[in-house]
Amino acid sequence: MSRVDVRKTYKLYIGGQFPRSESGRSYPALNSEGEVLARVARASRKDLRDAVRVARGAFEGWAGRTGYNRGQIIYRIAETLEDRAGTFAEQLMETGSTRKQASDEVTASVDRLVWYAGWADKFAQIYGNLNPVSGPFFNISVPEPTGVVGVVAPEQPGLLGLVSSLAPVLVPGNTTVVLASQVAPMPAITFTEVLDTSDVPGGVVNVLTGFKDELIPWLADHMDVNAIDATGATPDQALRIQEGAVHNVKRVVLPGANGPVQSPYRIAAFTETKTVWHPKGL
Amino acid sequence: MAITRIPTTSHEPLLWEYAQSRETTDIVDIEDRYGLFIDGEFRAPKSRRYFPTINPATEEQLSEVAEAGRSDVDAAVAAARKAFEETWGPMPGAERAKYIFRIARMVQERSRELAVLETLDGGKPIKESRDIDLPLVAGHFFYYAGWADKLEYAFPGIRPRPLGVAGQVIPWNFPLLMLAWKVAPALAAGNTVVLKPAETTPLTALVFAQLTQEAGLPPGVLNIVTGAGETGSYVVSHPDVDKVAFTGSTAVGKVIQNELAGSKKKLTLELGGKGAHLIFEDAPLDQAVEGVINGIFFNQGHVCCAGSRLLVEESVHDRFVDKLKRRLSTLRVGDPMDKNTDVGAINSREQLEKINELVASGRSEGAEMFQPECELPQRGFFFRPTLFTGVSQSHRIAQEEIFGPVLSILSFRTPEEAVEKANNTPYGLSAGVWTSKGSRILWMADRMRAGVVWANTFNKFDPASPFGGYKESGFGREGGRHGLLAYMDLGEE
Repeated sequence: MSRVDVRKTYKLYIGGQFPRSESGRSYPALNSEGEVLARVARASRKDLRDAVRVARGAFEGWAGRTGYNRGQIIYRIAETLEDRAGTFAEQLMETGSTRKQASDEVTASVDRLVWYAGWADKFAQIYGNLNPVSGPFFNISVPEPTGVVGVVAPEQPGLLGLVSSLAPVLVPGNTTVVLASQVAPMPAITFTEVLDTSDVPGGVVNVLTGFKDELIPWLADHMDVNAIDATGATPDQALRIQEGAVHNVKRVVLPGANGPVQSPYRIAAFTETKTVWHPKGL
Repeated sequence: MAITRIPTTSHEPLLWEYAQSRETTDIVDIEDRYGLFIDGEFRAPKSRRYFPTINPATEEQLSEVAEAGRSDVDAAVAAARKAFEETWGPMPGAERAKYIFRIARMVQERSRELAVLETLDGGKPIKESRDIDLPLVAGHFFYYAGWADKLEYAFPGIRPRPLGVAGQVIPWNFPLLMLAWKVAPALAAGNTVVLKPAETTPLTALVFAQLTQEAGLPPGVLNIVTGAGETGSYVVSHPDVDKVAFTGSTAVGKVIQNELAGSKKKLTLELGGKGAHLIFEDAPLDQAVEGVINGIFFNQGHVCCAGSRLLVEESVHDRFVDKLKRRLSTLRVGDPMDKNTDVGAINSREQLEKINELVASGRSEGAEMFQPECELPQRGFFFRPTLFTGVSQSHRIAQEEIFGPVLSILSFRTPEEAVEKANNTPYGLSAGVWTSKGSRILWMADRMRAGVVWANTFNKFDPASPFGGYKESGFGREGGRHGLLAYMDLGEE
C-alpha cells in the first residue's frame, strides 16, 4: 500500500507567523493545465491592516540595525533559498516553466539576493555625502529608509519578480507588506518559509496572497504606508495606487522608472535623504 | 540719533529707539504692466486679463501683471518644447553651463535692485532679501551651472538624460529664491522650463526674465506665466509637460499629485511642515534663544521649514520661556524697507486672516498667548510676534502649519519623549536640536523623521545642501547633487 502524502496548507505570513486569512476565505491556485494545485489563503482588508500594523512595529528595529547586520540577513536568505532550490524549481515547473527555466529562475533569485546583500553597508556611501556649504558648518546628507513599503509583486516570474522587488526595499531598512502573485502564489508562500528561517525579524516582511484588485485599494489608501512599489500592478491598478497615494503623499515607484531591476537606484527609490547641519567653532 | 534707555525690571528688556534707516527704492524701475514671458519675449496675454500686485506693507499697487489662460500656457509649453528639441536639448553641457554661470553673475550685478523689488512686492525685511535671498539665488545658479557638463559623474553606472519640459509652480515666501531652486537644476540638467510664480509676488520673476534676455538665453528655454491657481493647474496638467515641480501647501500638493495620477510625469513636491525645535537643559540657552527666534520669526514665519513647535526640557522650560519673551520684546516689527526691521509685513490679507484664525483657535483651545507691546504700522498687513505656552499636542496650533510669526511651546522630560513628540505630525520637513552633548545630537539626528535637521543652529540654507521632506512634507530634494535627480530621467532607455 503506497504512503499517503502529507499536504501543505498555504497560509499568509504576518508578523513572523503563518495565520490563515481572518476572513476564512481561500482560492484555488492552478497549474498550467488549469488543475487545482492547492487552495491558498485569500487575504482580507483586515489581514492587510494587521500586516501594516506589524510592519510599522518592526520598522524601528530593522532600520536601526547596522547595514552589516541587514546585509548578513539578506545573504542568509540567499543561503536558505539555495538550499531549497529543488523545491522552488518544482513549484515553478508546475506553473509552466521548463526544468531549465525553473532552475535558472531560482539561481538568478539567489544571485540577486547576494548582489543586494552586499549593498546594505555601502549604498549610504554612494547616495550620501558631505556637502561643501559656504560657511562654517559640518553638513552631511544620508539616505534613510522611507518606512513601511507596500510591494505589489509581479504576476510572473513568481519567485524572481518577488525577490527583485523585495530586496531593494529591505536593504536600506524598510519593512514591507507584499501582495504576492495572484496567479502563481505558491513560490511566494514557500519563500516566506525561507524568510522565516533566515533570521529576518518577524514583521519585517509580511506576505499576503489573494486578489490584487480587492487588496490594492486598501493598501493604496492606508495612511500608515509610506511608499508602494507598483511593479506588479496592471495600468488600472497602478492608477488606483497613485490615486490612493494622495491621502498621505505616498511615494509610488512605477515599473521601469528607476533603471534596471538590479540597480542601486532601486534602493535609492525607497529612501529619504536627511541632511544634518552643525556649526563648526571653538 | 536719539537713544533712549528705558528703565527695566527683570522681565523688561532694554528698549532702544532706532532712527529710521530706509533702503532707497530709486534703484528699481517698476513698469506699469507686465506681459507673459514666452519664447524669449514679453507678450500680452491671450486671456486679455491682468491683475494687480501690491506692496503688502502699504497696500499700494505696484504694477499689474498678466493672467495666463489655457492658450497662453499652451504657447509657453510649445515654446519650451521647441527649445528643448532645437536649442537647449542638443546644446553641449559645457555651453549650457556658460549661460547659467552668466545668469549667476548678472544676478550678483543686480542683486540690490532685485532685493529691493523682492521686499516691495513680498513684504520681507530688506536685510533678509539683501543678505539671504539674493546671495542664495546667485549661489544656486553658480552651483548648478557647474553640474551641466558633469552629470555623468552625479549618476554613476547610468546614462542620465533630461526629462524635457519642466512645469514649475512656486510660492510667495521666497519668490526669487524658489525660482532659483527650480530653474537652476532644471536648466543644468538640460530641461526647458515653464514657471508660474505666486500671484502675490510675480515681479522679481519678471525682472529675472528680462535678465535672461540680456544674458542671451535662447528663446523658449525659460517661460514665465503669471496667474493664480488656475494658471498653475494648466501648467501641471498640460499633456506636453514631462516633469512637475511644486513648492507650496500640502493641500495643494495633494491636488497636484491627484491630477498627475495615471500620467508618466515625474513629480517632486516640497510641501508644508511643522518643524520641531528641541531644547535640552544642557544647551547653550542664550544661543538657543537666538536660534529659536530665527527659527520662527525669520521671514515672518512664512517658512515651510520654520521651527514652529518648540519642545523644551521641563527643567529649563520656565527659564527658557522667560528669556524668549524678553528677546521677543526687542524684535523690531514694521516697515520692511527699513534696514533695522526684524519682522516685516505678512505677505497678503488672506494669509493674515489665516494666521488670525489659527491664533484664535490657540486661545480658545486653552493655550496661553504672549505678544510683546509693539506698535504696528497703520496700513499694510502686520502681525505681532507671538508665543503660546501650555500647548498640548492635540491643539491645532501644535498640528497645523500657521505659516506666520507664531510659536507653540511644549515641554518634554526624556530624550525618548522628545523624539516621540517631535515626530508626532504628518509632516517631516525640518527639525532642530540644541544640546552641548555631541553623542546626543547624533542620536537625536538619527531618530528625527525630517529631511533637514539643524543641530545647534537653525534655518541655514546652501545651494550645495539638499532640502526636502519626509512623509506629507513631500518628496524629492532640492539643492546639492541630490537636487539634480528631480530633473533627470534614470529610466530604462
